[in-house]
Amino acid sequence: MMGTVLAQLPVRTPSVDWAGLLPVLLPAAGALVLLMVRSLVPSRPGGRAGRRAKQVHTGEAVARAARERSEQEREEPRPDASGSHLPAQVLVPAVLDAVWTFAVAVAGLVSVAVLWQRDADVEAFGGQLVMDRIALFVAAVVLGSVALAAPTLPRYCRRVGVASAELCVLALLAAAGAVVMAGAADLIVLFLGLETMSIAAYVMAALNLRRLESLEAGLKYFVLGAFSTAFLLFGIALVYGATGTTNLDGIAGYLDTYIVLRDGMLLAGLAMLLVGLGFKVAAAPFHAWAPDTYVGAPTPVTALMASAVKAAGFAALIRVFVEALGTRADDWRPAVFALACATLAVGSVLAAVQSDAKRILAYSSISHAGFILVGVQAASDEGVAAVLFYLAAYAPVAVGSFTVVAVLSGQRDDRTGLDTLAGLGTRRPALALGLTILLLAQAGVPFTSGFVAKFSVIAAAVEARSYWLAVVAMVSAVVAAFAYLRVVVAMYFRDPGDEADTAEQASKPAIGIGAGAVIVVAVLLTVAMGVVPGVLESLSSTAAGL
Amino acid sequence: MSALASTSFPAALTVLVLVPAAGALVLLAMPRNRPDLFKPVALVASATSAVLAVWVLAEFDAGSAAVFQFWQQYEWISGWGVSWQVGVDGLSLFLVVMTALIFPLAIVGVDAEHSPKPYYAWMLVLEAGCLGTFLALDLVMFFVFFEIVLVPMYFLIGGWGHGRRAYAAIKFFLFTMFGSALMLVAIVALAFLHSSAVGGAVTFDLTAIAESQVLATNTARWLFLAFALAFAVKVPLFPVHTWLPDAHTNAPTAGSVILAAVMLKLGTYGLVRFGLYLFPEASVYFAPLMITLGVIGIVYGAIAAAMQRDLKRLVAYSSVAHLGFIVIGTFALNTEGLTGGVLQMVNHGVSTGALFLLVGMIYERRHSREISELGGLQKPAPLLAAVFMVVMLSSVGLPGLNGFVGELLVLLGAFNAHRWWAVVAAAGVILAAVYLLWAYQRVFHGPASGANAEIPDLRWREGLVMVPFVAAIVFMGVYPKPVIERIEPAVDAIIAHVEDNVSGFAEPVADVHPSVSLEDLARSTGKVEHNGGDSGDHSGGGAEHSEEGG
Repeated sequence: MMGTVLAQLPVRTPSVDWAGLLPVLLPAAGALVLLMVRSLVPSRPGGRAGRRAKQVHTGEAVARAARERSEQEREEPRPDASGSHLPAQVLVPAVLDAVWTFAVAVAGLVSVAVLWQRDADVEAFGGQLVMDRIALFVAAVVLGSVALAAPTLPRYCRRVGVASAELCVLALLAAAGAVVMAGAADLIVLFLGLETMSIAAYVMAALNLRRLESLEAGLKYFVLGAFSTAFLLFGIALVYGATGTTNLDGIAGYLDTYIVLRDGMLLAGLAMLLVGLGFKVAAAPFHAWAPDTYVGAPTPVTALMASAVKAAGFAALIRVFVEALGTRADDWRPAVFALACATLAVGSVLAAVQSDAKRILAYSSISHAGFILVGVQAASDEGVAAVLFYLAAYAPVAVGSFTVVAVLSGQRDDRTGLDTLAGLGTRRPALALGLTILLLAQAGVPFTSGFVAKFSVIAAAVEARSYWLAVVAMVSAVVAAFAYLRVVVAMYFRDPGDEADTAEQASKPAIGIGAGAVIVVAVLLTVAMGVVPGVLESLSSTAAGL
Repeated sequence: MSALASTSFPAALTVLVLVPAAGALVLLAMPRNRPDLFKPVALVASATSAVLAVWVLAEFDAGSAAVFQFWQQYEWISGWGVSWQVGVDGLSLFLVVMTALIFPLAIVGVDAEHSPKPYYAWMLVLEAGCLGTFLALDLVMFFVFFEIVLVPMYFLIGGWGHGRRAYAAIKFFLFTMFGSALMLVAIVALAFLHSSAVGGAVTFDLTAIAESQVLATNTARWLFLAFALAFAVKVPLFPVHTWLPDAHTNAPTAGSVILAAVMLKLGTYGLVRFGLYLFPEASVYFAPLMITLGVIGIVYGAIAAAMQRDLKRLVAYSSVAHLGFIVIGTFALNTEGLTGGVLQMVNHGVSTGALFLLVGMIYERRHSREISELGGLQKPAPLLAAVFMVVMLSSVGLPGLNGFVGELLVLLGAFNAHRWWAVVAAAGVILAAVYLLWAYQRVFHGPASGANAEIPDLRWREGLVMVPFVAAIVFMGVYPKPVIERIEPAVDAIIAHVEDNVSGFAEPVADVHPSVSLEDLARSTGKVEHNGGDSGDHSGGGAEHSEEGG
């Protein structure tokens, strides 16, 4: 009724291309709808809702108790809280949460695909949000990661006892924030997107209430993230002070037109922006939060942090440094050079000495950030294309690898040591093969997306005459390969007599349809991008304006 | 070099690479409860490749062996200038044929000890990778295949090896990957520098880049070093050879055979195709270094081989020595040396591949490779001993067998280029006789006691597998002409390419004044029969010109 009345009145609205904003609006609206439905509409009979509340409550109690105890004498999860003892009906809403998340992410992907066909960029809110091809490309990576990670959730949440609705809402909100970051044409908008994404990610990291490490992960991520946000804000303020605008195009235009003679403020702002964004993409030496957070967070959340969150962070780096501050590339390229070297070295060397599969993947994610920084350092359109290519290639690999870890991680999501993988090649040959392909892709073996991605950043670096950076990157890839090979050795080459042959090791972990589908799709994408990289190559080149 | 496409079967080489890969996929899709079918499927796939390779050999036009035949190009990653480009010339022809023939033999001759399905699948992937490496004429495509062979070999060593197999597999993978890591940077740099100098889009086309030669001298030398490091690890040359004994010793028999016969040749082939051809000036500049490393490898490999207690490790170290010969032949930079080098690549593949097969047979019978535990095997297994002796003598370089022809040409070439190094290298031939004959004596002669007296002789299948090896050894020793006349035009073209692009460099030929014209040189070397001791023709050709003491 009200609607029909309103429709008859001539309401003057600012002209916003709402259709163009669908990649942002869909996940945000999807998150809010899910939040409302799951908090207002009782999806199950009251008794079960009560039980669910109790379950969360129990989780908090356990967590509080755990906080009080020393880490060694952590309480085992209550049998009634562990997944296998829960009645099957609890699974149903979890499935619906995941289906909704998946559907929203896919709808977002469709909207991205439709917008990609348009020739003109979508500008909204006075040009503060610009959905250009780069933004659309990164949005596709972000939404694709969410869609790819979603099918794992129902079974995982039931097993580990993580609240699935909250996880799904937060994942969608984080995705919305990430897309805003990718499309930000203004430092303030960038900051808004970053905060939306980050706060959702902080909470997601701490969502496994039964695991002390998860709480630690959330806290660490939050404190250091907030700290880095302060740097970012200070950087924004200083750049604003130096150029008189927070608009990225405006900054670029200002620096194009005027030569800043006393550029101390600008350089300080630039450095602080680099620190702030360096934190977000986990570039060494600002990576300290990443391993603990990645290991402690619920594994599907880790998958999202390695794919979607990382992609958004690099989109912001490209926007701010390559586009807005491109004229000052000579000032920031050496800094990014150093960051990239440090990140590559730290990521690959420390990955090689870990004895926990999830931690290896966490450090390897740092080393991949180093590779992507090599593309940023090129400060060219080719570099941007390489960064985009790498992000798109790495996202399915990351989601797939962490999904395998999630499948194996047991009821508390903490069985991720290399010995858990022992003999997987004979216990679960298909799962082992899938993880092997994903790991080989991370090592950069040909006919996988990893090789082509590395090739593209190396090519960008060489074209920008950063030969030594390319050499450092390739050498660190060899070191990182050692880490991946150790995982493969654990899966295939251990003699049965090597390890204490516990019943659990001989067991066949249940994979589930969702996680199985995720791994299959991730492997197929990885191989397809490696064998026929032309499609992705032309998309990323188009996005970068080549 | 121009390129010829085949008219009757244009996609022959592409199919050659893809058939084993498809076979691997078929194996992967096969049900696990039919283990009896895995080996036949693998055999059919590899035998198809072998038949195709032999057809290519038959169709190969010896008269134009210097150009790429059966040439074919498809678009692959057009945005980056990467294409699928294959072709075969005199340098790669016999390596391709040898690869395609040895794989089915290794599959027939050795059974998987366990888990046959992944074993045969990895073997087929390995075959596709090796063939692709020899056939690729695009730098990125070459790199892709050069690198992909690590994966199947890593799994073969780690999954079906003996002893410290995981250690050996990882060491092998990391060493080789480290070598090629810098090569990737060099490949990309080469393509970009080429395209910015020539103008036009970036291309990774080997021929286009090699023929234009636009790099600054210093740049080319750096890039050459990056390539050479990758190949040196693969060959392996002296200081970076340490992965080889571990990998060979711990690998399963078929893995050792392929490793020795085919994969080491990826390095030496790379040195010729991507070293000499792409960087002629740098090759000339670094030739003394490479020859020195090769000579060190010969002597060091021979001494190390003589000291081994493990028969397989002995053969592995003998490979280091033999590959040293190939390297000095290559960097002698003359027709004899390079022809000998290429010929020796094939010879070493045949001889050492057969040796590893035989060592595998001994191990299977005695479950020991310790030379001290073996002895007197000749009595219970005369046929095995006889075949072992022929193969061993071919490896020693006995005249009449294939090893002699290659080593003689290599030494001739090296003598013309670097006289004293050739003398040292010749001592390596003697050392080879020492350690191999000594090993043969300890393993096969003397009284057979205990388990040694009980071993069965060659079985039918084993004997049939050895027949092609022995036949090739004898044929190429007695009548190497058909092989050499297909290799030599390609070698001449490479040497001419080096001469054209390096000012002040002339092919080091015995007693020929450097000012002799290329045509005379080509004529004088072209009519030489290189099956032994014909260097007199060179002095004959050179004698027409005024001689000045070199």
